[in-house]
Amino acid sequence: MFRLGLIINPVAGMGGPLGLKGTDGEEILELVLKKGALPQAPSRAAHVLKALSQEKDKICLLTCPGPMGADTASQCSMPFETIPLEINQKTLPEDTRRAAKMLQESSVDLLLFVGGDGTARDIGAAVGERQLCLGVPAGVKMHSSVFALSPHHAAEIALGLIKGRRPQPRLAEIMDIDEEAFRADQLRARLFGYLPVPGSQRGLQVLKAGSSASEKAKQQAIAAFFVEEMDPNRFYLIGPGTTTRAILQALGQIGTLLGVDALQDGKIMGKDINENDCLAFLDQAGFEQATIVVTPIGGQGFILGRGNQQLSAEVVRRVSKKQILVVATPDKLQLLRGSPFRLDTGDPELDRQLCGIYRVLTGYRESAYYRAEL
Amino acid sequence: MRAKTKIRDFHQARWNEPIIFDLSTPGERGILLPEIEPEVEASAGGALDELPGDLKRSNPPGLPEMAQMRVLKHYLRLSQENLGADLNVDIGQGTCTMKYSPKINEQFAASPQLSGLHPAQNEDTVQGTLEIMYQLEQFLKAISGMDRFSLQPGGGSHAILAIVSMIRAWVDDRGLSDTKDEIITTIFSHPSNCAVARTKGFKVINIYPDPKTGRPDLEAFKEAVSERTAALLITNPEDTGIYNENIKEFTDLVHAHGGLCSYDQANANGIMGITRAANAKFDFCFFNIHKTFSSPHGCGGPGCGGVGVKEHLIPYLPVPLTSFDEANNRYYLDYDVPKTIGKIKDYYGVIPAIIRAYAWIRSLGAEGLLEAARVAVLNNNYILNRIRAMKGAEAPYAEGEHRIEQVRYSFQPLKEETGCGFDEVQRRICDFMCHLWSSHEPFVVPEPFTIEPTESYSREEIDEYLAALEKIIEEAYTNPDVLKTAPHNSSIHHIAEHEYLDDPKLWAVTWRMYNNRFEGYFEPKKEQQ
Repeated sequence: MFRLGLIINPVAGMGGPLGLKGTDGEEILELVLKKGALPQAPSRAAHVLKALSQEKDKICLLTCPGPMGADTASQCSMPFETIPLEINQKTLPEDTRRAAKMLQESSVDLLLFVGGDGTARDIGAAVGERQLCLGVPAGVKMHSSVFALSPHHAAEIALGLIKGRRPQPRLAEIMDIDEEAFRADQLRARLFGYLPVPGSQRGLQVLKAGSSASEKAKQQAIAAFFVEEMDPNRFYLIGPGTTTRAILQALGQIGTLLGVDALQDGKIMGKDINENDCLAFLDQAGFEQATIVVTPIGGQGFILGRGNQQLSAEVVRRVSKKQILVVATPDKLQLLRGSPFRLDTGDPELDRQLCGIYRVLTGYRESAYYRAEL
Repeated sequence: MRAKTKIRDFHQARWNEPIIFDLSTPGERGILLPEIEPEVEASAGGALDELPGDLKRSNPPGLPEMAQMRVLKHYLRLSQENLGADLNVDIGQGTCTMKYSPKINEQFAASPQLSGLHPAQNEDTVQGTLEIMYQLEQFLKAISGMDRFSLQPGGGSHAILAIVSMIRAWVDDRGLSDTKDEIITTIFSHPSNCAVARTKGFKVINIYPDPKTGRPDLEAFKEAVSERTAALLITNPEDTGIYNENIKEFTDLVHAHGGLCSYDQANANGIMGITRAANAKFDFCFFNIHKTFSSPHGCGGPGCGGVGVKEHLIPYLPVPLTSFDEANNRYYLDYDVPKTIGKIKDYYGVIPAIIRAYAWIRSLGAEGLLEAARVAVLNNNYILNRIRAMKGAEAPYAEGEHRIEQVRYSFQPLKEETGCGFDEVQRRICDFMCHLWSSHEPFVVPEPFTIEPTESYSREEIDEYLAALEKIIEEAYTNPDVLKTAPHNSSIHHIAEHEYLDDPKLWAVTWRMYNNRFEGYFEPKKEQQ
């Protein structure tokens, strides 16, 4: 039996129709409820469960009580067990976290969660990188790449797993924005972590490529090329991400997944450094002797300003465009579906200047030249 | 759609035919050979006596044992269970140029006069074959503007290997091995260009398409070209069917940096007689002789990748070339190629593909080749306009423009709106005696499919195919389960998902491996440990 965990964040997405840029925080939720907003997530969850019910004999569905799962599951002719979780009358983020933890401890093969970026953050905080997850999009904000494209896709991916497919998991970004700033029309996204998701999240296309190399092996190939080309006299600011982390691992260094590390001659000179540290390192090394290494956000293509705010406009302004090196596996580039890289340093003039062509390391002795646009 | 276009009420044969090994009966024979007469054996010895002992098997091979009639039925049944090129509308096999190969050309290739030749025969006894090879080379030179051709490579990727081997030899010859170490290609050029370049020790740079025009991003290309550029390997038009009219700007830039340019013309079906590689200043080009010229691509037997070069690269061509000795009025295999990359194929290359191509070109003439290209382009753009009007399908890039011989389409809207994407349509279209190929990388285009009608298909057949597509799309919106459970009228029902392709642990490329790993046809015996 395939052990499937399901968490529905019943309030996810409710702020959207009211023009609110999220439904996070008790105050906003009160406002949403007062204005009579209707839940969005249960119908999306039902869509997935109905699609999965064709294989219900193979599924052991574990879900949360009431609006966080059981209410919807009971309407979908899908047998299920409810985990012994006490939830608040108005569900809160800690309910999601406790549910995720409990389902992980119940050894679910896949944890499906229905919500938005806020929900993804709660799931990530609870289960870290040790639980295969998949987001069913239902939130107002959908910046994370842990979500399937639609409930259709989520059901399809889950069905594949239920039928025995075992694609290599890949770590997908959990992104969220600063909601207070967002409601003031300032968009600032942060990288909050990673969740393992089924490898071929966009359907079967990676399979058709006949590639047997895992995403990890491809990242290692990029790292090997980087190390081969590395100039020991140069100073590198290595941005967050699993591809950039592979570079540090290839050098035997332990970097930070979510932070920026400074590297010279194969050694980490500064770990998890902030904007000021970056500026200090650049001053010390000489601007021309520095290279910034970044990887795009999966499916969205932001190379600056989302998830790597330490590499601020002030930092980026001190180097030339040619000193920004992008690393990305071919799969990651292809997931952009032809869209260019995006820029969001917070300085529109700088973003404009940074538009153009970037060199991208894509494999061992393989690279691409790829366009960035606003 | 014409009023008379009807969707065929089709059902494929279903024989539930076992694998031939399962049909084996110990002792059953197709032919019983008479015992050798004692006096013959005494005089000539046993048939295997002269074979060295260590070459003899200790046990007979485990081949199936069957009588002739059962063998015949077995393979006829299997043949009825596939959608061969002579049965179905094959325009969904885009990039493969599934044109009709006139049966007389097949007869030439299979004729006893040809099949009875031994490849090691004295050249003087195969003058006719050598003449055909020589003449085909002259045709290809006229079509491409190149100065010499080798017909040795056994297919398109083999031709690319020959070309990059020549580039490697050319670079090494000039003492530039350390400085010219990069090859540039485009992401929509055939992946063998990238793979072969890596195999021959070059670093590879891929150029992605301009997001709007779909053409290789010229600005990115300018960034990529440098003194390190050994060569450009590029297709035009790429699999999108979009012609890059700036191609000469690409070749000029590479030449200005001292590099070479190779034109992948594996599929030249839309440009024969219209453009020439030499006019765009390419140093190399190759044709899939087995694809553009008569033979359909794939499973039609071994292919032939004809490699053409300009004068300055003739010394590097693989040997032998086919030359003509005017003084003695004879054709001969020419090994006098001073810097040759050597021999890359046994004997003459793949003669049947050469014969078919020769016959096809001779039957059409120069005007006929041009007409074939024009009709292929016309057919393609008719289909493009019809598919653009279909809900759920789209043709990414170059909006509103015509395409050349094929188009890489996308079912992404259909997938998002109905949950049915390419896979479902592919399975369902079998129910209408048609075929739709999944298309290959790069998967920059999601839910991709590629249609290439060539010049062979009639308006009626194209309409039939499009009517089937329209019907399936309508079903996707109104009754998606029909697609999800398809095929319904095929010899085999919905088979396993693609995970078997993805996991090497599940691969079974020989019967023995299959037996060791699986039972039944498609069900895993057990999880591999």
